[in-house]
Formats: sequence, structure tokens, C-alpha cells
Amino acid sequence: MSAVLSVEHVGVRFGGLVAIADLHFDVQEGEIVSLIGPNGAGKTTAFNVMTGFLKPSQGAVRFRGTGLRGLQPHEITRLGLARTFQRTSVFPDDTVLDNVMIGLHRHGARISRTPLLDALLGRSGASETRLRARAEALLDWVGLADRAREKAGALAYGEQRLVGVALALATEPAMLLLDEPVSGMNASETRVFVRLIRQIRERGITILLVEHDMPMVMEVSDRIVVLNYGRLIAEGPPDRIRSDPTVIEAYLGQGSAARQAAASAREAVHA
Amino acid sequence: MSRLLPFALLAGLVVLPLALGPNPYLLNALIVTGILTIGAMSLNLLLGFTGQLSLGHIAFFGIGAYVSALTSLGFDVDLGFGIRAVHEPWPAALGFLLATVAAGACGYLIGRLSFRVRGAYFVIVTISFAEVVRLVALNWVELTQGPLALTNIPAITLGLPGLGMWTLKTKLQNYYLVLGVGTLCYLAIARLVGSRFGRAMRGLKENEPLALSVGINATRTLTVAAVISAAMAGAAGSLYAHYLRIIDPDVFLFATTVSMVIMVVAGGKGTLMGPVVGGLIFGLLPVALRPVMAPEAQWIVYGVVLIVILFVMPRGIVPGLAVLLGGRPARAVPVLEANPAVQR
Repeated sequence: MSAVLSVEHVGVRFGGLVAIADLHFDVQEGEIVSLIGPNGAGKTTAFNVMTGFLKPSQGAVRFRGTGLRGLQPHEITRLGLARTFQRTSVFPDDTVLDNVMIGLHRHGARISRTPLLDALLGRSGASETRLRARAEALLDWVGLADRAREKAGALAYGEQRLVGVALALATEPAMLLLDEPVSGMNASETRVFVRLIRQIRERGITILLVEHDMPMVMEVSDRIVVLNYGRLIAEGPPDRIRSDPTVIEAYLGQGSAARQAAASAREAVHA
Repeated sequence: MSRLLPFALLAGLVVLPLALGPNPYLLNALIVTGILTIGAMSLNLLLGFTGQLSLGHIAFFGIGAYVSALTSLGFDVDLGFGIRAVHEPWPAALGFLLATVAAGACGYLIGRLSFRVRGAYFVIVTISFAEVVRLVALNWVELTQGPLALTNIPAITLGLPGLGMWTLKTKLQNYYLVLGVGTLCYLAIARLVGSRFGRAMRGLKENEPLALSVGINATRTLTVAAVISAAMAGAAGSLYAHYLRIIDPDVFLFATTVSMVIMVVAGGKGTLMGPVVGGLIFGLLPVALRPVMAPEAQWIVYGVVLIVILFVMPRGIVPGLAVLLGGRPARAVPVLEANPAVQR
């Protein structure tokens, strides 16, 4: 296995505020890795650094061997690293189909070498048809085929998330970063989404996600990376993270790990 | 129905002069309105489709007018250091092409400069640019004649091999020239907006971070839009120069930019027909009002009409009518905004 994404001692400071102190981890090819931590731990900041929306104050991010320092977000996408957004994952005033058509921007560039001229001369009919077919296939794949003609901004929250995923997949990524993909979804929507994440991995796409829904994270992840106050405090498979005292302390407060240990000791005595 | 509207309007405009008969006053108003409407269409490409407000749009119009006029008149200026630039007159049609190219090049420069800093900064850069160009036109007397104006600008001559040449001197000929150029600009914008490039512009306008994350290059897309928009404004300026056959630095008046913004906003920004409808209404309103009221009252009515339109149809006439006629339902309230329980 080789590392697709390496985050190498990344630090981010906004003036005196340390958003990320020192973050260092790898994601291997074909893995599903979750980045978790309490609110304000620096998870979304880490995403923004990886995708070029923020410049790190120190350290570097490498994607498939390429350093991402100084690259614009659209250039990083073109390298094969796509992302979804926590809040606004769609182009609200366009139909769902047009959303994916916008997402297929790069794909369109490969079909035609002089797209602007073709458009002016009315020669882009064939490539438009191909793009449309591809957009429809993608929507079908994420299960939004019957929503294609609706305005994306009018869709239910969970469906907007699916549009976001379709948009990211439209860029044909090697790796996908999902920012809180199931927040605001109900249990059955979450189950469907977990299945979708597994299917995305089966397409050969490596996945890194930020998520607060712990049962979902425990179910879907191969490995979990835990952040607190901008520092990595634990890393490992779900089972190990679940029982890690540092992690429990970070989420539940000081002393809770000790209390839990005492409680299980008492249980052992009673049994 | 709405798909047929542009064709119906075009057919109407083609036969209009025949219905009006020889009425030079009305024809003049229609030609000037048509030229301004082309300017408004080009402004709409930026304001309506990318969401960037260019308040110096008249600069590209004026540059087009001056480049075209100077190309066809020739000039002989001292550039300093003993260098003289001498230019013999070229045909006016070549001036039209050069005007388009020169304005487009200026659009490129302004785009590169200002799209790094968006929004209010772009507005300020464009206003400053227009003012600088106006001052150059006013003060470089040797080249532009300054306030004395460039006069005797030749009319455009069109030639088809084997069919002879026409010099477009009459108002009727100019009317059809403006109509033809306007139709071409409309078609070009319609095709661009419906293409992959148009989708990139819409994506950037609706959700820029998301657009970047699907690989759209913001600077490149916005710069190309600025170039096309400026080139069209330059073409309109060239038509203006060869129609009036006299231009002075007043072509750079800020008020003309404001007129174009009003045409776009009242007609419906971000729609293809919006600037055309807005342009015809606000271009011809003074003509309709002139016989019945004093000039001061005309401006009051102009303002009242604008306020009433935007009060009744805040998104402009074309989107407003589309909703009224039931062509498209009003946009539903997004779930995110409607449901406060959803975590933001």
C-alpha cells in the first residue's frame, strides 16, 4: 500500500489563534479514513488546507507524490482530489441535472479543444449530448435520477448532499474528502449514505471524511484519526479508538475515562 | 411562447422602419437606442451572468468609438523623444474590427487586474479606468482634438465581392446595420450562456467555493467574460462613431453607464431578453414623452417608471412577466433557509 494523501506536520494559525498545531497523518490507497474530534478541533480547517482554500502556516500536504503548496483549489481538483462542503453543497438556482453538468466542467475540456469557439459556432451539440448522458448516469448512480429536473436549492437536505457527492464524482477524483456528509440526515438516510460511501470506495476512490455521527463513523471507517485543540490525539481502527481513554476524555471531559474504568472494574467484581 | 419572443421582436424590428415611413427623428432614436442596447447586452454578460458590476463599461464603448474613428481618419502625433506616429486613413470597416479588438484587449487588462479582488474593488477599478480614459481623450488634443471633437468620421462601407459596395450613410442603412450587429451579439451571448463556459459562469455566481472545487478556474472564466463583454461594447462604440460621424470626450459620460445598468436591471439581469426589453423601454421612453411634457418632467417620469418596475417586478421585467404568465413557477424556498432545525 502507498500513501495517497500525506499531511506532513501541518499547522494553521490565524493571528494568535492556533487552529491546527501540528497535524501529521497519511491516508493509504483504497482506505476509508475518518477525521473526528470535538467542535472546533480543526477538522474543517484541515480540509480547507488539503484542498487549497487555506494556506498552511507550516508543513505540507502531498497528494499522490505532488506537493500541494501554492496550488489553487481548481488545480488541486484537477490532480484528482475532490471535496464536498458542509453547508452549501449545490448550485441552488440550477436544476439538479445542470448542477452535475457544471460539475463536468473538466470532463468537457477533454472532449473539445476549442470549446469557446465551438459554442459560438454552434458546433458543441455532440459533446453536449455526451456530457448530458454522463450527467444522467451519475445522477442515476447516486439515486437522484427522478430529481433531475428540480431546482437543486429546493431539494431536501439529504438530497442536496447527494447532489454534492455527484458533483464531486463528476470531477473523476482519485480521492474524495467528505465534510460532515450525514449531518442533518435521519437514520435511514444515513444508512443509505453509508452504502453509497462503500460503493464509491469500490470504484477505487479513497475516502477521507469528517463526521460527528459516531455510530456512522465506527461503522464505515477502516481507520480513525482523532483531533483535539488542533492536535492529533489518537489514530487507529474503530475498535481501538472506541476504548481509547484520551479520546473518551476529549469528548466527555476529564475524569470520565477514569470513571469508566472504575465502573467496568466494579462490574467485573460484581460478575 | 417565450421561445418565440426573440424571433417575434426581431421580425417586428425588421419591418418597423417600413411601417414608420420616412421619419428621421424616430429612426435616429431607434438607432441610438439600438447601439445602447448592444452596450447593455454586453454589460449583462458581466453583471447578469457572472454577477460582477462594471461601472466603467462606457470606457470600452468610448475606446471602441475613438479607435474606430482614429483608424478611419488617420492621425499624426508626436510621441516625444522625436518619435512621430503617423497613420494613414484605413477603411471604416477595418476600424470597426480594430475597435472590437482594442476594447477586448482593454477588457483583458481590467479583468486580469481586478478579478483578483472581486466585488466593490472591481466596481472601483472600472470607474477609475473609465475616468482615466476620459481624461486622456479630453487632454491628448493632438490625437483626439480634445473637446473640439473628432469630426468628419467616414461612414462604414460594406462590400461584397461581385455585388458592389455600399456606404452606409442614410439612417435606414444604419438602422439595419445596428440591428444586424445587435442580433449577432444576442446570438453570441445566447450560445455562450448555454455552453460549458456559461455553466462555469453560473457556477461561479451561485456558489464560488463549490465551483472552484469542481475544477473551474475563476480568474480565467471571469477574464474571458470581461474580454467578450468589452469587445461587444467596443463594437457598439464603433457603430456610434460611424453613425454620428462626430465624437467628443462626452462619449465617456458616467451617466451612459448608469443608463446601461438601468436597462439591464429593469429588463432583468441574467436573462437574454432582459437588456433588449429594458433597452427599448428606457431608450424610447424619452421619445414617447417628448411631445407631451417638459424635459424636467420627462426625467421625473423616467425615474418613476424605473421605481415602479422594480417595485412590482424586483427581478426585472422579463423574469417578472415569465412568472405572471405562468411559464415558470416562482423559485421554491430552499429547505436550508426554511428549516431552522437543520444544522448549519
